[in-house]
Amino acid sequence: MRLYAVVAAGGFRRYATYRTATVAGVFTNTVFGFIVAYTYIALWDERPQLGGYDTSQALTYVWLGQALLAAGARMGGGFESELVERIRTGDIAVDLYRPADLQLWWMAADLGRATFHLLGRGVAPMILGALAFDLALPGSFWTWPAFLLSVFLGIVVSFAVRYLVAMSAFWLLDGAGAMRMAMLAGLFFSGMLLPLNLFPGLLGEVARALPWSSLLQVPADVFLGKHAGWGLVEAYAFQAGWAVVLLGAGRLLQTGATRRVVVQGG
Amino acid sequence: MADDGFISLDGVEKVFEVRRRAGLLRRERHEVRAVDGISFRVARGEMVGYIGPNGAGKSTTIKMLTGILTPSGGRLRVAGIDPSRERTRLAHRIGVVFGQRTTLWWDLPLRDSYRLMHRMYRIPDRRYRENLDRCVELLDLGELLEVPVRQLSLGQRMRGDIAAALLHDPEVLYLDEPTIGLDVISKAKVRQFLKELNAERGTTVLLTTHDLTDIEQLCSRVMVIDHGRLMYDGSLAGLHEVGESERMLVVDLERELPPIVLQSADGGDQPALRAVKVEGPRQWLAFPAAASAAPLVARIAADYPLVDLSVREPDIEAVIARMYESAP
Repeated sequence: MRLYAVVAAGGFRRYATYRTATVAGVFTNTVFGFIVAYTYIALWDERPQLGGYDTSQALTYVWLGQALLAAGARMGGGFESELVERIRTGDIAVDLYRPADLQLWWMAADLGRATFHLLGRGVAPMILGALAFDLALPGSFWTWPAFLLSVFLGIVVSFAVRYLVAMSAFWLLDGAGAMRMAMLAGLFFSGMLLPLNLFPGLLGEVARALPWSSLLQVPADVFLGKHAGWGLVEAYAFQAGWAVVLLGAGRLLQTGATRRVVVQGG
Repeated sequence: MADDGFISLDGVEKVFEVRRRAGLLRRERHEVRAVDGISFRVARGEMVGYIGPNGAGKSTTIKMLTGILTPSGGRLRVAGIDPSRERTRLAHRIGVVFGQRTTLWWDLPLRDSYRLMHRMYRIPDRRYRENLDRCVELLDLGELLEVPVRQLSLGQRMRGDIAAALLHDPEVLYLDEPTIGLDVISKAKVRQFLKELNAERGTTVLLTTHDLTDIEQLCSRVMVIDHGRLMYDGSLAGLHEVGESERMLVVDLERELPPIVLQSADGGDQPALRAVKVEGPRQWLAFPAAASAAPLVARIAADYPLVDLSVREPDIEAVIARMYESAP
């Protein structure tokens, strides 16, 4: 386990190296936060209590979305492009002969990255958002750890999805298309554009049941205190369930891939 | 397992199935025999060169030896272990350096990558420190430890990679083109280090390369592979005989003359030598490496206005190039 701790620490420090990129990221997240916040204000002014949120809850949702965007690697920027590239060039050979598990290795690295992005790219926009707008911050202290656990589970789900996508490169030989599709799906189905609670009928049902809702919709609802008691347990179970299923699928693909490794190049 | 060889291959094959487009939707399957029945043994502590043209099957062999590719046929053992079945167990006993790839963490200082090796191979703290100190000293890494890998030059990165492969005291080291792209000084450093490693620790080394100087300076034994088959296995000197190598007589005449023709001394049809190149008064004349140069020189001196001459020993690269060409 110490190995994966070192890998995670490395993942954290790798991203911490690029300070300018972090500052630029915070800037972008904040600007977008403002734009979306004003759009939401207009929308909620017209339709109060839309999706069961009042205006300040809706604004909180906006800023949570910005704060968690980088951590969940919903706009890319996670490990997957690197892994896909390693598969494409054949560098994956180096990873395969190591006495380490491929999936755990990349998960550790990605959790390290996500931790950095949560702190480096999440905290500042959230604070700026809270200063500029009237946000619905948790009333109870215990909401914070509950929220963080949900964020953690969401990041694991996000990793699991992206790992699946990356593994597809073993068959597709170029994972760029699959990555782009997954990113678009992730942006919409995580609830980044609009909270999934707003979508009516079947679309809403499906969107809320898909794994991507673990990335933003679920943690945001935990933050806003929408899940309490058994509801909270259910929310966790939903996220953990997807995590287990998707990680398992990733492991299956990994076994299949390593068995038929067409290590390209060299 | 006594002298069965530390690394042993018996009729090892690797067949890839490649699908090629043969029309709009139809795809044709066909087989590529990357490694086609190779057998050899490498004893503990040997340093062996493994050479061949691009696509000959060198890297495929190395990948099978590390266990990341499963042979399609034949038997393969490294230290008594079947690599593809027990890849992880074997990994603790081997070190691999792929010259064109890196195991190092691109964005982080070299030292971080070594810390990772420390944990990955569960190296005892003391051993880790000793090995690291030794590599740092011999590979001249002292000032590079805190430098992010992306800022290292190719030669520095390669030395960093070699150190990374050795921290867990592997019994065998596979080097896949370790000197590719390096300048002369870096090459010399890498070679010197490998020589010492082999002499002091008895590490078995299997080296693939395109740079024959690597082989000449490091390996007493060389294996030549082409089209997935072992073409030659023996000493470097022996290659000349197998490759029907030629020596080159370079003569400077007084003036420009047509190419020198000398019939064979015993009156046969084969000429004693053939002119390879003529440049003004200078001529390059090739003759079999086994033949003596003295009588040829005497005959040329008798018939032609000879000013100066030199004899060039066969070029190992030329020998191997000819071997590749003559392969079926």
